[in-house]
Amino acid sequence: MDGDHALAEGALAAGCRFFAGYPITPSTETAERFAERCPEVGGLFIQMEDEIASITANVGAVWGGQKVMTVTSGPGFSLMMETFGLACMMETPMVVADVQRTGPSTGLPTLTAQQDMMQVRWGSHGDYRIIALVPDSPQECFDLTIEAFNLAEIYRVPVFIMTDETVGHMHEKVVIPPAEDIRIVERNWYMGPKEDYRPYDFNGRTAAPMVKAGDGYRFHTTGLTHDERGYPALTPDMNKQVVTHLIEKIESNADKIIRTEEDGIQGADVVVVSYGISSRIAIRAIQQARNAGIKVGMLRLITVWPFCETKIRNLARNVKAIVVPELNYGQVVLEIERCAAGQCRVISVNSCGGAVHDPEEILAAIKEGANQ
Amino acid sequence: MWEIKFSGFGGQGIVRCALITGAAVALHDDKFATMTQSFGPEARGGACQSQLIISDSRVLYPYCTTPGVLIALSQEAYDTYEPGLAVGGILIIEADLVKPKGDSERVELYSIPATRFAEELGNRLFANLVVLGFFTAITGAVSPEAMKKALPGLVPDRFLSANIKALDKGYQHGVEAVSRKTGAVH
Repeated sequence: MDGDHALAEGALAAGCRFFAGYPITPSTETAERFAERCPEVGGLFIQMEDEIASITANVGAVWGGQKVMTVTSGPGFSLMMETFGLACMMETPMVVADVQRTGPSTGLPTLTAQQDMMQVRWGSHGDYRIIALVPDSPQECFDLTIEAFNLAEIYRVPVFIMTDETVGHMHEKVVIPPAEDIRIVERNWYMGPKEDYRPYDFNGRTAAPMVKAGDGYRFHTTGLTHDERGYPALTPDMNKQVVTHLIEKIESNADKIIRTEEDGIQGADVVVVSYGISSRIAIRAIQQARNAGIKVGMLRLITVWPFCETKIRNLARNVKAIVVPELNYGQVVLEIERCAAGQCRVISVNSCGGAVHDPEEILAAIKEGANQ
Repeated sequence: MWEIKFSGFGGQGIVRCALITGAAVALHDDKFATMTQSFGPEARGGACQSQLIISDSRVLYPYCTTPGVLIALSQEAYDTYEPGLAVGGILIIEADLVKPKGDSERVELYSIPATRFAEELGNRLFANLVVLGFFTAITGAVSPEAMKKALPGLVPDRFLSANIKALDKGYQHGVEAVSRKTGAVH
């Protein structure tokens, strides 16, 4: 199964039954798979007129009680940006996969990239936080889609799967466990008296329970600054409360959200920090460097946002250099430089043009980092 | 570990070849396989290649470093990828579409008129399965039983038996080609 199909299977396994989307290379296979499979489980797939309509329909479906997903790539991702902000502001749990291709604009539609890593973090206006996960294989496309749905429900936030053309079109064996072995977080439905329902609670740690539109609860939701009933409350104080909550509900739980994978970091002189397909390319360079006697470790970011700040700070104190290969002109490396704060060298190995790295480039950077 | 590159032009079933082989080893031969592909924006006619790694343990690096097997079904694919084939590697070409040149001692060359064989079986679209059967016999990278088990769902149901025939035809031709070659050596 390829990564794109595994995204659709992960969504179905997580209980997603609504998918409004607009096809775009290299993500189309996910929409096709979902469209093909969803009648079997009573789901609904709508091919919309464009990406703006797609993402907006998804927001609506969430408030109608559904678990929703859409997939897209660069140009569609840009079109969806405004509504991502709306979804964050309305605290709408949803999953979006960006099967990244080379940009800017329509760029190279069939070739791979990791160029939207900062866009997903900052692309909509205003202050907010999202969660972004990066799979390195079709199996992880399946596994992380389920995790994305779970995180979305827990924190009532859009969760992004930032995969890429290579993993999306890579075929490997994917093991889909029996349904009873899969951990699924269901929506936190409100159970109390109707008159007491409040769609928001700006406590900065947890998200308020939700209700389904049409079930007789009186509430409101809007992109405007709002109070706990969801009605516009256009004051600086209220905005401060809302924005602090949107950020803190993610930041204060960052340790619970962040997942990384480590190999050989203890005693390493150089650590390669990477994610997604780049981390699999880096493995070859690391093997070669180890054969050459260099003490090199690997830190793979499975969760890129929120960022594993503490881990990078600690790492920077103990290594000579951190090497960061990415399929972009240097994006997540900026965050690593910020956290390393000059305590070790940070070497960016960037790659543009739609091809994955030659492992030799990463090896050269590892050697450069080790020799200082 | 096998590093295999399938190449040709879009519409020949290049990606399908790698997909069937990968599914066969991963699901029916109890090995690990990773397939990657690259193609242009055209639906048909553009250059197309896919890479398949077969291993007894999990595949980490997902690409061919130096392919040990190259299947070239177009002249362009042959010209582009033949120089990258490992010394002593296996080169499989479509006899009527590719004219080999250069150092014939460097690699083991196997040639099959797959399109003609497929036409004899009723449809030139089966040419990729003829090539796969040929490949299976020559390399032994995958068992013929696993290949047959992998076909349902990866080829249209109504053409399943025709595709199996095409696979058999290529396999038979491959067995003969190998015995000829071994005979020549002894």
